[in-house]
Amino acid sequence: MTTYLLKRIAMLVPLMLGITLITFTVIHLAPGEPVDMQMAMNPKVGKEARERLTKFYGLDKPLHEQYFTWLGKLARLDLGRSFSSDNRPVLDKIKERLPITLPLNLVALIIEFGLAIPIGVLAAVKRDTVLDKGITVIVFLGFAVPTFWLALLLMYFFGVKLNWLPISGLHTLGYESYSWLGRLWDLTKHLILPVCVASFGSFAGVSRYMRSAMLQVIGQDYITTARAKGLSERVVIWKHALRNALLPLITLLGFSIPGLIGGSVIFETIFAIPGMGQLFYQGVMSRDYPVVMGILVIGAFLTLLGNLIADISYALADPRIRQQ
Amino acid sequence: MTTFKTSFIASVFWPRLKRNRMAMAGLIVVLLLFAVSLMAPFLTPYDPSAINAWDVLQSPSWKHWFGTDELGRDVLTRVLFGARISLKVGFVAVGIAVFLGTLVGLAAGYYGGWVDSLLMRCVDIMLCFPSFFLILAVIAFLNPSIWIIMAVIGLTGWMGVARLVRAEVLAIREMDYIMAARCIGCSDLRIILRHILPNALSPVLVAATLGVAGAILTESALSFLGIGVQPPTPSWGNILTSGKDYIEFAWWLSLFPGKAILVTVLAYNLLGEGIRDALDPRTMK
Repeated sequence: MTTYLLKRIAMLVPLMLGITLITFTVIHLAPGEPVDMQMAMNPKVGKEARERLTKFYGLDKPLHEQYFTWLGKLARLDLGRSFSSDNRPVLDKIKERLPITLPLNLVALIIEFGLAIPIGVLAAVKRDTVLDKGITVIVFLGFAVPTFWLALLLMYFFGVKLNWLPISGLHTLGYESYSWLGRLWDLTKHLILPVCVASFGSFAGVSRYMRSAMLQVIGQDYITTARAKGLSERVVIWKHALRNALLPLITLLGFSIPGLIGGSVIFETIFAIPGMGQLFYQGVMSRDYPVVMGILVIGAFLTLLGNLIADISYALADPRIRQQ
Repeated sequence: MTTFKTSFIASVFWPRLKRNRMAMAGLIVVLLLFAVSLMAPFLTPYDPSAINAWDVLQSPSWKHWFGTDELGRDVLTRVLFGARISLKVGFVAVGIAVFLGTLVGLAAGYYGGWVDSLLMRCVDIMLCFPSFFLILAVIAFLNPSIWIIMAVIGLTGWMGVARLVRAEVLAIREMDYIMAARCIGCSDLRIILRHILPNALSPVLVAATLGVAGAILTESALSFLGIGVQPPTPSWGNILTSGKDYIEFAWWLSLFPGKAILVTVLAYNLLGEGIRDALDPRTMK
C-alpha cells in the first residue's frame, strides 16, 4: 500500500508540470501582449506606464524565462493581480468564490450519485422489463438535454410561470433582517434550481454506468452461489452484488469532478451565482488573463487531487489493488 | 480485403443495425437533418437575418410556426439554418478529435515503452482540465470564429479516442497475423496502416458518432454564453441566448431551439449505441 501511495504521489509532479505548461501555452496563444489587454481597458495608460507594465510582468524576457518566473510565483501561491478595476490578487478572488462553488457541487454530486445508483441497480435487476426500458428512455433523454436549456425551462416554469422559486442570485434583497432560519430557507430556495441543474449534468451517465456494472456483477459465479445457499434476493443484490459494482464508481467519481467544475460556468452564469464558474466567465469576457490562468490551473489541480483521492479510496476499498 | 469489408457491412453490420428500431429512428433523423441543412433556403419563405420591426416577438402562428424573435426574425427559419452550424461543428470537431486520437493511440499502442508512457501522460494531463474551462479560455483569447470553435472542441476532445485505439492496438499487436506480416518484412508504417488500423476502427466509429452529439452540445453551450457562433449567424445556442433575455415574455424563443438540440443529440446517441451493438462480437450469433 505504501509503495502504491508513494508511486501515485510521485506521478503528481510531472502531471502538475504538464498542467502548468498547457495553461501557459493556452494563454500565450493570444495575439498581442497581455499588457495591450490591460491597456485596452484603461486608455489613460501612457507609453512609459506601458513599459513599466511590460517589465512588471516580465514580458520583455524570453518565453521560457517567463514560464519559470510564473512557475516560481505559482509555487508560492502568487497568482498575480486581476486586470479588472479592483486590481485585487487573483488568489483572494478565488478564495472567496470557492466556498460557494465547492459546497454547491458537493451537494449536487451527493444528490446525483444518491439517485443514479439505486436507479441503475433497479434497471439492472429488472433487466428488459418495462421499468428498465422506461429508465433507459429517461437516461437517453438525460444525455441529450443541454443543461443550460434545462436551466431555462426550470427558470420559466418554477420562476416565471408558477413564481415559486427565485431565479437568480443567492439571497433576496434585505435578507439580512431575517432570522437565521429565514435566511437558511431563503438560501435553500435560491439553491434548489441551480443544484437540480448541476446534479442533472452527469446523472444519466452515472446511472447507465451503474446498470452495466451491476449487470456484469450479477452474472458472476459468486452471485449464483449466494442465491444457491438460499440468501434472500434483497441481500444478494444490495449486499453482495452492489458492493462490487460500486467499486468502479469510485473512479467515475474522480472523473466527474472536471465536468462538475466546468459545468459550474453554465449554471452559475445563468442563475447569477457568484462562484468560481461565474468569476471565470467574467474573466474570459473581459480578457482578465491572470484570473483565467489562475482558475484554469486551480481547476486542474483540484481535479488532480480528486483523482488522487479516488485512487486511494479505490485501493482502500479493494484489497486486490492494494496487493499489486 | 475490400470484398470482405463490403460483405461484412452488407451481410452482418447493416442487417443487425436495421433490426434496431431506435438506431434506425436515429439514422432517419440524422439524414433528415442533412437534408434540412442543405435545403434550408428552399424550406422557408423568410431570410434568417431579415429584421422586421412590425413582427417583433410574435407568438407562434400560421405565419410564423415557431414565432418571431426580438428583431422580428422568423424563429423556424433561424432554427433550420442553425442546423447547418450544428452539423458543421459536429463533423469537423469530431474529425479533428478522431484523427488526433487515432494517431496518438496507434503510436502509443504500437511502439509501447517510453512513447506510450509519454503520450498517455499527455492524455492524463489533458483530462485534468475541466474541458469547458479550457475551451472557454482558448476562445476568449482568440477571436471566436466558427473555425476556431471547431478546432478547439476537436483539440480538447481526442483523449477518449486515443485511449480506445491504444487498447485495441495493444490486443491486435500480439496476434499471429501481425507477427506474420512482420516476418515477411512489412514496414512498421505498413503494418500500422494496413493491418492494425482497419481492425481497430470499430470502437472509433462508435466514439465518433457519440462525439458528434457531444460537440453539438458544447457548441450550443458556447454560443449560448455568447462566446460561440456570433450573431447574426443563427445557431441553436445563440437563439437560446435571446430566449433567456426574453424568458418572461417569449417562451417560444427558448422552447424550439432547445428541442432541436435535444432531438439531434438524441438521434446521434441512439445511432451510436446502435452501431456499438451491431459491431459487438459478443452479441453476434
